[in-house]
Amino acid sequence: MDHVGLRSDVPPSSIVVAPRAFGVAAVTALVLTVPFLTTEYWVNAIIVPFLILSLAGLGLNLLTGYAGQLSLGSGAFMMVGAYATFALQLRVPALPLPFAFILAGLVAGVVGLFFGLPSRRIKGFYLIVSTLAAQFFFEWLFLKFPWFYNGNSSATIALARGLSVFGLNAENPPGRYWLTLGTVAILTLLSWNLIRSQTGRNWMAVRDMDAAAAVIGVPTRSAKLQAFFVSSFILGIAGALWAFAYLGSASVQSFGLSRSYQILFIIIIGGLGTICGAFLGAAFVSLLPLALDWSFQHLFAGQVDEGLRQNIQKAIFGVLIIGFLIKEPEGLARLLALPNLRRSSRRTLFPSVRR
Amino acid sequence: MRRLLLAALLAGTVLGGGAPACAAEVSQYIPLPTYRVGAYASSGELWWAGERDYFRYINEVEGGVEGVKLNYEEFETEWSPDRTVEVYERVKAGKDGSPLAFFFTHGTPATYALLEKAAADKIPLIDPAGGKTESVDGAVFPYAFPLLFSYYSQASTGINYIASKVGGLDKLKGLKIATVYHDSAYGRASQPAVDALAKTYGFENIQIPVADPGSEQSPQWRQIREVKPDWIFLRTWGVSTVVALKTAQRFGFPANRIIGDVWAGSESDTIPAGSAAVGYSALAPYPGGTDFEIHKRLKAEILDKGKSNLRDAKLFGAVNYNVGLVNAALAVEALRTGYKHFGARPLNGEEGRWAFEHLTIDPARLKQIGFDGLLQPIAITPTDHEGGGAARIQSWDGSKWVLQTDWIKADHALLTPLIKAGAAAYAKEKGITPRSADSAEAAAR
Amino acid sequence: MSLFLETLIGGVLAGTLYALVAIGFVLIYKASGVFNYAQGSILLFGALAFVSLKDAGVPVAGALAITVGLLIVTAIAIERLLLRPLTNRSPLTLFMATLGLSYVAEGVAQGFMGSQVRALDLGIEDLPMFLGDIMISQFDLIAAGVAALLVIALSLLFNRTRIGIQLRGVANDTLAALSLGIDINRIWQIVWAVAGLVGLVSGLLWGARQGVQFSLSLVVLKALPVLIIGGFTSIAGAIVGGVVVGAGESLAETYIGPFLGGGITPWFAYALALVFLFIRPAGLLGERQIERV
Repeated sequence: MDHVGLRSDVPPSSIVVAPRAFGVAAVTALVLTVPFLTTEYWVNAIIVPFLILSLAGLGLNLLTGYAGQLSLGSGAFMMVGAYATFALQLRVPALPLPFAFILAGLVAGVVGLFFGLPSRRIKGFYLIVSTLAAQFFFEWLFLKFPWFYNGNSSATIALARGLSVFGLNAENPPGRYWLTLGTVAILTLLSWNLIRSQTGRNWMAVRDMDAAAAVIGVPTRSAKLQAFFVSSFILGIAGALWAFAYLGSASVQSFGLSRSYQILFIIIIGGLGTICGAFLGAAFVSLLPLALDWSFQHLFAGQVDEGLRQNIQKAIFGVLIIGFLIKEPEGLARLLALPNLRRSSRRTLFPSVRR
Repeated sequence: MRRLLLAALLAGTVLGGGAPACAAEVSQYIPLPTYRVGAYASSGELWWAGERDYFRYINEVEGGVEGVKLNYEEFETEWSPDRTVEVYERVKAGKDGSPLAFFFTHGTPATYALLEKAAADKIPLIDPAGGKTESVDGAVFPYAFPLLFSYYSQASTGINYIASKVGGLDKLKGLKIATVYHDSAYGRASQPAVDALAKTYGFENIQIPVADPGSEQSPQWRQIREVKPDWIFLRTWGVSTVVALKTAQRFGFPANRIIGDVWAGSESDTIPAGSAAVGYSALAPYPGGTDFEIHKRLKAEILDKGKSNLRDAKLFGAVNYNVGLVNAALAVEALRTGYKHFGARPLNGEEGRWAFEHLTIDPARLKQIGFDGLLQPIAITPTDHEGGGAARIQSWDGSKWVLQTDWIKADHALLTPLIKAGAAAYAKEKGITPRSADSAEAAAR
Repeated sequence: MSLFLETLIGGVLAGTLYALVAIGFVLIYKASGVFNYAQGSILLFGALAFVSLKDAGVPVAGALAITVGLLIVTAIAIERLLLRPLTNRSPLTLFMATLGLSYVAEGVAQGFMGSQVRALDLGIEDLPMFLGDIMISQFDLIAAGVAALLVIALSLLFNRTRIGIQLRGVANDTLAALSLGIDINRIWQIVWAVAGLVGLVSGLLWGARQGVQFSLSLVVLKALPVLIIGGFTSIAGAIVGGVVVGAGESLAETYIGPFLGGGITPWFAYALALVFLFIRPAGLLGERQIERV
């Protein structure tokens, strides 16, 4: 691949320095302490799912935020990863779990590649049809054919031998936490390097202006497919973690359309085209409903009808999302960035499709 | 400003998660994962009202269960199994000094999702008329309680009712019975039982799936018109039931030849279907109506005093409200059994399991608690976590459900081997050694 | 053969109901370039408001008037609080904002009007009619008639009235329209209100079919493939797309379904849309986009 001297409109430094500066130190400290500092509830029900959602957000961000390809099929690719892990663990018992994760990620990647094929012809908003087709197709497929869930009556998948990494049992809260954290850390590091490479620059060129990128010699079609593959690979692994490290057992309902929306929310709120945006967005999306619930329960317990309270909470969540989109279009990543890093220009998705 | 807001939000959650335990009088904690938001809120809303009204009645009129007050709290899940898992993690350690004696899952998918976690944490999962059918076998599933009426029993009772209509089980031979089902784990849960029944009695078993949400079913009912079944067993849920009834009417299939299962037989299914639902029958382990003794008590003590959780008093006695009442009563009676054995103090999960495994409600007790006719006599044992397995049949007359029969038992002689085989296969896959009845006793002292 | 014809006709008629939902999307997309995910929730909101008022004893005409008023107020509020602040944002941001809007509409609808399923009787008997040995649903036939009337009314509005012509101007070239002094905010308000009314009509028809309940908001998922096939910008396209999807689904479930175990409708429409997308990326009747570098 020849080098194209393309300037992306985000200087690499703005997305690189922040994670490197506090990332290494903070993460190392967290690794050692978190499972012992907080309650089991925090580890099991908040931190582990938060990490997995961050990873999923990262996966989608590579596709949507960096390569500019919109997808509403994140849930489907997560589903493929989870079911592939299950099939591998069931039918190839000799394969250690980490390799099963990687293979499952590859399977999800290939599936993503396949559903990304229309991106060679279709642009912008229309692309969501292809990914939505993936979403509904896999929900149907994994429920329809008992082979995928080994014919058990509940149509759910769970690892028969539990989580074990090279003989170490990861079934307890610290184990789940470390397994998740390790996977997330490795994949984050890899993606971080990837977006700084030629591949990443090609993606951004495609995102910023597809036709122009083609003119100056960026292989746009293969760049899009690469993005679909890598994104789905990460989403697939995130799906496997969601099913087995967080839930313990999963069904197609765990990866429905609302999951896809949730992950899209994560990257939009966190910040498109940033690595730390996925983490910030995941924190926002997973903590905000809990915070709302907590504050409502303490403010209005017993005074307001429960049905009204729950529904109003949902409406307020919607209002907060809209308010956020209005006030901070570039996401939390930009909001929290240091002032001297706030110099990049506003970015829009699919500028070439806008009227 | 924005950062401040964000920080406040974060701080709020931290405090909320780690709320300190402090309480003068220790009451039994009962978390309720509920859905008052979303597509399933129409049945949920009434269900929770029934549970809350009964718990409130126990607390305020009867002074608690054996003197122990019940501390119930709701958590919104929108019927999502993932969010129910989150709630479970949040509450499994108990609250305010009370451990968790059991966990209502309020939905079959949530039960599936929690099955293994709860077994590891030793917390009984209570999912009456739902759950994983094989978990009736308490030897393999000590912590799962699909009380009352498993999915296999639903199929069997339905077929028994059809048999009584056609003049006996031997008359089933040669009949065509089509099952129209919601294409999900729930919809398919009864298939093995119908297969076995079809082989035994020689009727033709036709299975027709309806994809979620099921708002357009012409192709399915056109297929039914071509096959011309004699009876239809309707295992849909939510909007797919309404559309099924209306489409059946359009295709000229008589409603009185359709038998709905438990979750396809409430007012939410029949009222919107209008004239198409008249004559439609459904299995009723939870009969509708207000003619039961408990309704008189609740009306006097809760409803008329403005303490009911119902938003609309007209819905008092609706099928889903009664679902809540019955489930709450099962929990209360199980706790009572436990308090009598362990002493009147909040129970933990293992004690909760013991309590449920020794729950017996005989006809005399049913009369005492005012549930005669509303709840079947029930006897749970360590090896039988269903303990009932019967339902009445009610049919819709255009404005209300009318009970047609007394309790019709499922054919347990035929179903138990199926359940045992399924449970054994599960035990083998997971490497579980089924416990013996003695060890179950020993575990709880 | 008669089975085939019946399946086809039944599907076509069911498809007009999808088309009705899709028209609401097209109106909004044409005028403001927003893919309005909340259309389904607004449809639910309108139908639920109407039924609640009717159940509370308000006469039908009054209930209808109040509901229409509510939808107009909603449209103005959306324009003020959502569209105006988000002017010139990316289509993705606008899409996400409408997703947020759908939470608000659903929460408010269910919170204040209750979550019980309501029966809605429009006085149309859903009894079968026979054309030879082909069965046709009377209800679907009337629904198709309503859709046809609605399309005629809308095309009159857009081709014969001043507002309609202004609207087409905005849709064709926003900047030129602005420079000619067209009040674009008012146009948006009108279009969102009209889309809300179209939503109300389709909500009432769907509600009469399956009860007015939360799952009405899910019809939005049926509308997307319709839009793709017909094009985002053409009302006639929405009708054609609806018919194609309705007929395709119905035929596929009858003839392909049995080989795949049935229940294939949810993804079949999307697969069909994908095929069309490859052949005509702008939809059957949509406008081709020309990309400039």
